[in-house]
Amino acid sequence: MMTQQVTVDPDRLFFQSERRKLFVTGSEAVGEAIKRANVDVGIAYPITPQSESMHIVGDLYAEGYLKDYFRGENEFSVMSAVAGASMGGVRVFTATGGPGTLRSFEMFPTWAGARLPIVCAFLTRGVNSPLTIQPDTIEMAYMLDTGMIMFHAEDAQDLYDMILKAFVVAEQCDVHIPVGVFADGFFVTHTRDEVMVAPPEMKLPAYQPYSSPVPVMDMENVPFRQMRDPFVMKSNFISYAAHASWQQEVTAAAERARPYIQHYLGGLVEAENPGADILVIASGTAVSQSRAAIQTAAGLGFEAGLVKVKCLRPFPTEEMRALTGQCKAIVVPEFNRVGWLAREIRATIEDNGKVVGGPRVFGGMTMPTDMIVDAIRRCSA
Amino acid sequence: MQEKTFIRMSGLGGQGVVTAAHILGVAAVRSGLLSTVNPFFGAEKRLAPAESYVRISTHPIRERGEVLFPDIILILHPHVITLGKCYTMPFFEGLQPQGKIIINAPEPLPLGERDLAQLAGLAAQLYYIPATQVAMEVAGTNLSTNIAMLGALLGVVNLVKPGALEEALTERFGGAKFIASGTTAALDDVLKGKFAKVAQLIEKNVAVAEQAKSCVQQYAL
Repeated sequence: MMTQQVTVDPDRLFFQSERRKLFVTGSEAVGEAIKRANVDVGIAYPITPQSESMHIVGDLYAEGYLKDYFRGENEFSVMSAVAGASMGGVRVFTATGGPGTLRSFEMFPTWAGARLPIVCAFLTRGVNSPLTIQPDTIEMAYMLDTGMIMFHAEDAQDLYDMILKAFVVAEQCDVHIPVGVFADGFFVTHTRDEVMVAPPEMKLPAYQPYSSPVPVMDMENVPFRQMRDPFVMKSNFISYAAHASWQQEVTAAAERARPYIQHYLGGLVEAENPGADILVIASGTAVSQSRAAIQTAAGLGFEAGLVKVKCLRPFPTEEMRALTGQCKAIVVPEFNRVGWLAREIRATIEDNGKVVGGPRVFGGMTMPTDMIVDAIRRCSA
Repeated sequence: MQEKTFIRMSGLGGQGVVTAAHILGVAAVRSGLLSTVNPFFGAEKRLAPAESYVRISTHPIRERGEVLFPDIILILHPHVITLGKCYTMPFFEGLQPQGKIIINAPEPLPLGERDLAQLAGLAAQLYYIPATQVAMEVAGTNLSTNIAMLGALLGVVNLVKPGALEEALTERFGGAKFIASGTTAALDDVLKGKFAKVAQLIEKNVAVAEQAKSCVQQYAL
């Protein structure tokens, strides 16, 4: 028996419904989003490290919010099964993180290449160098070029909102590629915080499989050409040209997502006091630490603005250029060793000598806000 | 009520460090305050170091993760200090001036001279509470040690409104669906198995907290 809910327009669910306050963890916020997302199938692999997210989705299946739910044999199998379900024309959700992301990695470019509007939550954890299960955003560096759209949630509220909105962005006919919603493990997944949610009686409209730009796989439509007659079976000019143009089309699809992201997320970035000489640019938990640090720095007489990056793919190239044109220094705090966000910003703006890579913590550490305050102070000198 | 109180709870896996933080956070929210709560632990196993953090404030809380600069530290087991089962070294690393430490131990621990001198330098206030004994005597189970520690905390600082702790206990154990990992769910079941009825569980734990309030003793530094 499915739980009865009312289908409402996405704009009403996101912007007009009366929201109520919950005191929940990030993992529970994932459940609240899926409860309202009209998801057909959830597929889980309960690896450690994981969060409780897919366990909660399992409970939602038992309560009649999903049509089907099962466990895969491993992470790779889950991501493959998710692809199969999506090719079959249903709305599908899963979640992973850290080593789980790496174990299933081959499937992510495959999802994008097959134009599958899968939504996956990546609840980031360190990867095994050496073994850890603590928070770290290193896996996002690897995910940047898979063809997926990438959102990065600051907190549980963002995670709830972004998962719901991800389905709507992913399923646009002119987009129709997967969206990864990233949130920092522990800092978001295990943290209990206030989250405003829409009424549970409401849900998104069902996925329309015939909005797909490639034929949906069913008994009337044979699998689309890439599957029926894969390029790998040939080695000639036509196969190379088809593959190359298709890769460009996947990239173009992400570009075409920009206006939808603008509408639903209110932009790829969010800026506070962008006229300041020093800008702190961050995504995820680093945004929260930066907010606290900027407040402390202001008390000490040092002014800094904040740019929160909400969407990493497509990258907010024009926004970044416009926001950083006048500032003298850019501080990029990150929860990973390599500093992938600093790298992205350096590759985007012209006057990139002013990008200060760091501060950074990794392998599970909490970034003391004082590290950011110190960076702001040094840039003020 | 202070504008902000950041609390670090250090204990051992299975003691309810995470649960205590959850209950305190809910009690704070029910008192009209803002709160965030989060734990830190490795692969879940008994007796391994586990920490949880509660931030309570009258203003929005931005900072995330571990509480690196706590106003209050709760130590749920002497081994946190004596065996170094702790995420920081020394166990009071980051404690703010005039900060408070509440330790579960039947008698004062043999802290090193350097530690005691540092604590005195911070003008810290050190308290001891035989929390496990209180839990055993009042509730008949050491699984209520975490609630005894919360009682001791509320005996030392007036953090939440009267009755909020009971409301939070009811919310956590009173039948409403609570989502936990398999290990935590199993422990919840063990705890519920210790009491004839959920109502009794809540009543006994409220009594544990009350008793703990009067058992907490300050140790002169």
